Amino acid sequence: MDASTPARTLPATAPDTDLVIAGQVVGSRLILGTGGMTSPQSLRDALIESGTVMATVAMRRVDPTTPHSLVDLLGELGIQVLPNTAGCFTASDAILTAKLAREAFSTDWVKLEVIGDEATLLPDTVELVAAAEELVDDGFVVLPYCGDDPVAARRLEQAGCAAVMPLGSPIGSGLGIRNPHNIALIVEQATVPVVLDAGVGTASDVCVAMELGCDAVLVASAVTRAHRPSLMARAMREAVTAGRAARNAGRITRRFHGHASSSFDGMADL
Amino acid sequence: MTGMTEVTVNGTRWSGPAETTVGDLVAVWCPSPRGIAVARNGDVVPKSSWDATRIIGGDRIEIVTAAAGG
Repeated sequence: MDASTPARTLPATAPDTDLVIAGQVVGSRLILGTGGMTSPQSLRDALIESGTVMATVAMRRVDPTTPHSLVDLLGELGIQVLPNTAGCFTASDAILTAKLAREAFSTDWVKLEVIGDEATLLPDTVELVAAAEELVDDGFVVLPYCGDDPVAARRLEQAGCAAVMPLGSPIGSGLGIRNPHNIALIVEQATVPVVLDAGVGTASDVCVAMELGCDAVLVASAVTRAHRPSLMARAMREAVTAGRAARNAGRITRRFHGHASSSFDGMADL
Repeated sequence: MTGMTEVTVNGTRWSGPAETTVGDLVAVWCPSPRGIAVARNGDVVPKSSWDATRIIGGDRIEIVTAAAGG
């Protein structure tokens, strides 16, 4: 290679470690929530565009008039079902819901959600930790949706949760990451994967989450309620890739003043 | 009415023969039993026990499955 040949030795895809949760390799760092989707076809398209391998479902009363089966759709697409205790306000309800889900889908995995306030949908940490402890004892792989509180995240990890899932902002709010400092603190201390979950509004939020060091993100409303869900699902997929690569690339530090990118050496005396 | 038992299934009152099992109720409510779970008075009824579990008057039965959400 001589001086006139540009050096282009970057590999097409940078090497990275796998995302591993509870000893299982999870092939995509984007987990999709199915809540809010307007039609089965729309959901199918978005799931495919997202490239996800895991999607959350809520547990609800059977509707004899519904012809389609969400479980069948996910199975057909090779997507792992992650049951969610969405709608539960107490530890006991969440525990029963998790057990019903385990029975229905033969999975020990559960996204644990215990809500403390109907308006904000913020989690009730006290009930959440109680439910997490009991479910971990019962052999569940618990992925808890929690506040962006490093102490709460630590409690949940100590209780044996397989990951921690701090919110960026309230569920469905689209406000993105309100407290990036706290997310960074959680990332720094965690020894289990950190999955940013709730409040994502658009692709840049997901990119920021990955740049902060999150191992994955969970997105529902930002995709399902977008004007064009499958296009947004594609955008999210690419944002996860970009944010993760930027994190691995090692960004420059933030400076209070400037730092010339061009050296002053060799300046002509003009 | 003799031999009839009244229970609540998914919030709805339902009457049936006293010999009705949880398995019978699931067959009535669900076109396919895949991805279904049942709670009876707040406890999970394992699928392996559906056909052996008879309903008792006043039972509160919930039959649930996956729905878009979470």
